[in-house]
Amino acid sequence: MSVIAHQQVAAGGLWSRMSLGQKQRIWAWGFLAVPLLFYVVIRFWPTFQAFYLSVTDWTITRPAAFVGLENYKRLLADALFWQVFRNTFLYLILGTPISLLISFTVAYYLDRVRFMHSFIRALYFLPFLTTAAAMAWVWRWFYQPVPIGVINDILASFGIPQQPFLRSTTQALPAVLAPAVWAGLGFQIIIFLAGLRAIPVTYYEAARIDGLSEGAILRRITIPLLKPTLVFLVVFSSIGFLRIFDQVYNINTNDPGGPLNSTKPLVLMIYQTAFSSYEMGYAAAQTVVLFVILLVISLVQLRIMRDR
Amino acid sequence: MRFRHMLASVALGVVTLAASGAKAVEIEYWQYVFDTRVKAMTQLIAKFQEANPDIKVKQTTFPYADYQTKVAAAILAGQGPDVVQLFYGWTDNFIAGKMIRPLRAEAFPAAEIERDFFPIISAMKRGNDYYGLPTAVRSLALFYNKKIFKDAGLDPNNPPKTLEELVAAAEKTTKRDGSGNITSAGMTLDMGGQDHQWWREVLIRQFGGVPYTDNDTKVAYNDEAGLKALTFYTDLQKKHKVGQTGFMDEGQAAFRAGLAAMTIDGTFRLGSFGTIKSFEWGVTELPANAQGVRSNYASYFANAITTKAEGEKLAAAEKFLKYVSSPDAMKIWMEVVGELPARRAAALTPENIAHPVYGPFLKGLEYSHTTLFKDETAQRQGAIDMVNRVLIGGEDPKTSLAKAAEAEQAIIDRAKR
Repeated sequence: MSVIAHQQVAAGGLWSRMSLGQKQRIWAWGFLAVPLLFYVVIRFWPTFQAFYLSVTDWTITRPAAFVGLENYKRLLADALFWQVFRNTFLYLILGTPISLLISFTVAYYLDRVRFMHSFIRALYFLPFLTTAAAMAWVWRWFYQPVPIGVINDILASFGIPQQPFLRSTTQALPAVLAPAVWAGLGFQIIIFLAGLRAIPVTYYEAARIDGLSEGAILRRITIPLLKPTLVFLVVFSSIGFLRIFDQVYNINTNDPGGPLNSTKPLVLMIYQTAFSSYEMGYAAAQTVVLFVILLVISLVQLRIMRDR
Repeated sequence: MRFRHMLASVALGVVTLAASGAKAVEIEYWQYVFDTRVKAMTQLIAKFQEANPDIKVKQTTFPYADYQTKVAAAILAGQGPDVVQLFYGWTDNFIAGKMIRPLRAEAFPAAEIERDFFPIISAMKRGNDYYGLPTAVRSLALFYNKKIFKDAGLDPNNPPKTLEELVAAAEKTTKRDGSGNITSAGMTLDMGGQDHQWWREVLIRQFGGVPYTDNDTKVAYNDEAGLKALTFYTDLQKKHKVGQTGFMDEGQAAFRAGLAAMTIDGTFRLGSFGTIKSFEWGVTELPANAQGVRSNYASYFANAITTKAEGEKLAAAEKFLKYVSSPDAMKIWMEVVGELPARRAAALTPENIAHPVYGPFLKGLEYSHTTLFKDETAQRQGAIDMVNRVLIGGEDPKTSLAKAAEAEQAIIDRAKR
């Protein structure tokens, strides 16, 4: 009892001797420590753990043994990895520009529409609120062959030969990408609209008085002033497409990753290696590669931001 | 004062509870969530506890997707089950991870096991030791839609008995629209379903080969028999055009919807097909080849004792395992879950063999094989890809078969290390 009291006095003494600024700093760090600790334990520590795992042959049931760069060597020699790598970048280089082009066009014209503006905006935003898994299942049925596939039923009624879509090595990836692009549109449109609204009206008025054409206004004023918005969306959607998973997995669960891996992205390969084959070490090596790719792209983005 | 009183009575209560708890041994049983399986096991546990009042069994279940990971993590952490349910194909993994222990020969003599169970029990044997016993087993059979058969002028009580008859019946029952698209399939083609098992353990053998040698560690199907088996399968779509992979998304969905005359599936599908109202269906043995050779693929979930069970818990676990693999338990399991008894005597009763639904599956058990998968998902994917290369990529079956054999051998070799 007396020991505790003594400590309280000592602590109280130390506390009362501190300046207000010091106390504020202690409080601030006290509060910051909670999320910081959370991040260290939940995010950073597992990340470093993944680096360590990537040089072992851990399989959950068997103890891990150090294998050096064996996993990375296997990865480079794995034909599936290169296919998956190609797919992942196809999602990126097709998905990002297409989705940005569509969403910008929609936002650009929607910005001028006054009639039912909020309603139309809400309609565009709706898919973004839908669970990706549920959406993938609906599209999965759209793409089915006759007699149940809506798209093929329409094609067949016009006498056009039915398309294999998800059952084709060439059509499957665009078929998976379409709902992913569609789902992201709502969000991008909202951000573009906010960006467009942020451009001062006076610039446009001045340009119109000077007799600039609409095309010139778009090129000289709107797009340059939208650059911060554009950079944000490019980065945001790039990371999204690089990490695409739910749509791909759910649209083809009975042959995950599409026929002959034609739609399999890196994340799905990691998932299968880890939680279906239980090759944790190999999966960790794939994760490290994905981490590096995302890091490089993020650094490039920071560079562009600074150039502004 | 009153507070102290209360405290004392609580303490007394705890002591009494602990004392009575010490008398009953509590063991834990783990299986994955599947409504009827959980229900059956709850019944078995109740009966077992009635007969053994000194043992309490606690059942824990969770989704199939996390099952292996969770069991492994728990046992390695010294937690988890004393008796665990595992797919026969996971046995190597579980042994390597020191998660399950061999059954003691004194409690479970090998000679008795081999005498009483179907031969597929050998998949649980490593060296001289058995590592688990199943309650129920599953096999494959050919489901057919009697209505479509009748409409096509076929006898609904005389389903195909040979592969040749299968193709003929499929040709008669396939319906197509004006542009030749299939609107109702004669035969479902779904490698992601059970067709890869059909190809691997049935067709290859019927065309004169074996899928593997050396305890399923050497791929042996890259030969004439394997090629014939693959060609037979892909010809169903390419030549006879009686089915199409991806039609109605899944083979079982096509059959359920009444848009496929025939499909190959397992006992585990009986529950789902049992709810079909729009047409009557039948089951028959998988078709034989021209020489009358039949084969089947059987699989099962076994119950094993984990390394965590020691001392009196081990004794209790052994008692429990004995009970859940007894003829009595098998009977309950069949009634509740619809899976076939793993003991010959319990399965091959005249009543069961004459049963219109169970009969064909039971007959299949007599000549069935089990594949000792190393990584079932990956090995199945190999078979899916092999067929896709032919049907979508237009690749020559011989080349595709060789690629599949090479890829599968690599999977097996990697698991061995």
